[in-house]
Amino acid sequence: MSMPSTITPPDSGRQDLLHHFDDLEQQHLSSSLGMWFFLASEVMFFSGLIASYMLYRFWSPEAFHLASAHMDKWVGLANTGVLLTSSLTMALAVRCTQVGDRKGIVRNLLLTALFAVAFLGVKAYEYRVEINHNLFPGPNFIVPGSPRDPHASPGHAEAGASDHGEGGHGGGASDYERLRQASMVDGQVDEQEFSRNQGHFQLMFVFYFFITGIHAFHMIIGVVLILLFAVLAQMRWFSGYGQTQIEMLGLYWHFVDLVWVFVYPLLYLVE
Amino acid sequence: MNASASARLDGPPEDYLTAGSTVKSWLLTSDHKRIGVLYLISVTAFFIVGGILAGLMRLELMTPKGDLFASADTYNRMFTMHGVVMIFFFLVPAIPAALGNFLLPLMIGARDLAFPKINLLSWYIYIIGAAMGLYLLAQGGVDTGWTFYTPFSSMYSNTRVVTAALAVFITGFSSILTGLNFLVTVHTMRAPGMTWFRMPLFVWSNYATALVMVLGTPVLAISVVLVGLERFFGFGIFDPKLGGDPILFQHLFWFYSHPAVYIMVLPGFAVISEIIPCFARRPIFGYSFIAFSSVAIAVFGFLVWGHHMFVSGQSMYAGAVFSILSFLVAIPSAIKVFNWTATLYKGSIRFDTPMLYALGFIGLFLVGGLTGLMVASLALDVHVHDTYFIVAHFHYIMVGGTVTAYMGGLHFWWPKISGRMYPELWGKLSALLVFVGFNLTFFPQFILGYLGMPRRYFEYRPEYQVLNVMSTAGATILAVGMLMPMVYFLLSLRGPKNAGPNPWGATGLEWQIESPPTTHNFHAPVVVTCDPYLYSPEEAEREYVHAQHDHAS
Repeated sequence: MSMPSTITPPDSGRQDLLHHFDDLEQQHLSSSLGMWFFLASEVMFFSGLIASYMLYRFWSPEAFHLASAHMDKWVGLANTGVLLTSSLTMALAVRCTQVGDRKGIVRNLLLTALFAVAFLGVKAYEYRVEINHNLFPGPNFIVPGSPRDPHASPGHAEAGASDHGEGGHGGGASDYERLRQASMVDGQVDEQEFSRNQGHFQLMFVFYFFITGIHAFHMIIGVVLILLFAVLAQMRWFSGYGQTQIEMLGLYWHFVDLVWVFVYPLLYLVE
Repeated sequence: MNASASARLDGPPEDYLTAGSTVKSWLLTSDHKRIGVLYLISVTAFFIVGGILAGLMRLELMTPKGDLFASADTYNRMFTMHGVVMIFFFLVPAIPAALGNFLLPLMIGARDLAFPKINLLSWYIYIIGAAMGLYLLAQGGVDTGWTFYTPFSSMYSNTRVVTAALAVFITGFSSILTGLNFLVTVHTMRAPGMTWFRMPLFVWSNYATALVMVLGTPVLAISVVLVGLERFFGFGIFDPKLGGDPILFQHLFWFYSHPAVYIMVLPGFAVISEIIPCFARRPIFGYSFIAFSSVAIAVFGFLVWGHHMFVSGQSMYAGAVFSILSFLVAIPSAIKVFNWTATLYKGSIRFDTPMLYALGFIGLFLVGGLTGLMVASLALDVHVHDTYFIVAHFHYIMVGGTVTAYMGGLHFWWPKISGRMYPELWGKLSALLVFVGFNLTFFPQFILGYLGMPRRYFEYRPEYQVLNVMSTAGATILAVGMLMPMVYFLLSLRGPKNAGPNPWGATGLEWQIESPPTTHNFHAPVVVTCDPYLYSPEEAEREYVHAQHDHAS
């Protein structure tokens, strides 16, 4: 069996050929196809979640509308910008492998990791604000303005509790009052409906934390891989310039960014 | 990376079984044949575990009163663990990961799967998931049924649902990786001349299976994660009090788990499509129809999940649509059965063990498929839903179909895998026992279900006892039939490598190399110049006449 790859000098930029492939083209194609199939699998992973989210949102538009008003869309927008920039530097890193610019590879990978960490930092900040407002789902979850809410001014909550219906339409009405309003049947609060509406209000945050959490998890894996690849590229561990490996990492990274491009409008922007 | 690549090329081609006999050389192998054998051993172990659980359940059901187990709760855990073990740790990986891993590269003339290390990784992930499954079993198991239906699983069950969910989640990744590997291998690793329509049908079916694995499994992963979260945090996604919907879980779950039925049975079709032409000595009838029907089943399989939910309160119109779509799945399945039967027509049929299993498969799958049409009909399903009729139906598909095919495939390729023949007479006996035992076990369950005996109860009304005793007796025969091959396969390993490259006179690239194959698979680059299944019944007849003549003189 002939093995053309071993006779090429190590730094010629050619990648090694693994024993079970016939040529480099086949090897590259296989890796790339494998990554695309993996991403198809990932799409199905997220799509189950996003479909459930959209269903619940369709069933209970008012509760989801009120809850999504708590997302800061400007912070989200800035973060989207950061993430898209990281995609750019990742694409540049892939370009550097093709033209054989080892310094460029390492520099661009590190920049990508930097932007990714910045994104995660902003995300952590958003989580902190939400958790401090008792918006993390579970036993500690409190609908803003409800009698249990320590942040609401007591007078306000009482005002909300005392006037049924007509009075609460003002811009200052709390989420609790509005949910109550949405649960009115013939001028009476339908307690069951009210409880369901509060549940749906919380459900928005369940989906928010779960979807963005899984996205962040994917990003953390990505950052670890990016840093690892930067070190390996610096050590010249890859055969050639790691064209295949870094291109696959790039595909994964662009996918993670693309998920955010869908998640951001769905969670932050939909009115 | 470089080192491992050249290490395999350094040595001369060696028998893959004896090239390095240390435990390490097996546990760190990236040879698809060895990984196939690793899977074979591990799924067999779980088949035994699941079988023991089934045996205990059948023993309990000998009498109408609960007497073997202390409580109904124990029985609930038994059937749940039987389902979880058999489906996730045996049926899903059995044919693709054991036989498929071994055969797929050989059949398309490749040196290995596209990603040998990911292949090994998939086995380790499977083992981690499986170890969690065993831990779960040791801790008493779960009692939710293998379907993990909410809100029972998310709010009320006092057993280790989260551990079970995690075990299923992890094992799911193993099948995603196997599927990924198969898809890429079929696309990029075919030998020159091995066009799509020259591929053996085994490859086509496993390709369709791999598609379902890659696209379906992540949805299962997300639904079991949601159950886990629900138990930890009480979010209320499936809790109606908090505005959640327990039925949503059923949708997510069956969106995977119905296609998973095809993950289990398509590889069965794969095996049968190889055995039938070889022992009928005829080219397969309707090659492209069989190939495309596999893909059609994989696609339709994603659109029928609602037929598990006819009585869940889903919209009547949705029910009607799911019913019609389920009927449509019968079309590609029937195409296969007709084509296999047409292949037998005017063939020169030899009744060796693999063929006996394959013929058994056709009959059992037919019964399973036709009763599938019955339960896909809205009105009839309301009557038989959650009864033993359903149990019998899916066992006809899963055991009568998949397990029979798996056994047939094992007998067919055992000479290739081990290099040894097994005792033919014992093989035929096992095929007979499995067929008889299976029918005696599960046919009475159709009647029981139709009479109204619900599934998942450990006590029943006394008038059902006769049929239940028949079923238990059948299970005993079935168990003997299943255990026999295990014994004579293992015993055959002590004998010499007597199989020769091609004991069945089969076509296919895997039969043109020695048994067992070498670490390199092929000695020279493979070039394919003809279609698969070029068998000639006339030649077989002539050979037969010659043999008779020689014998007489």
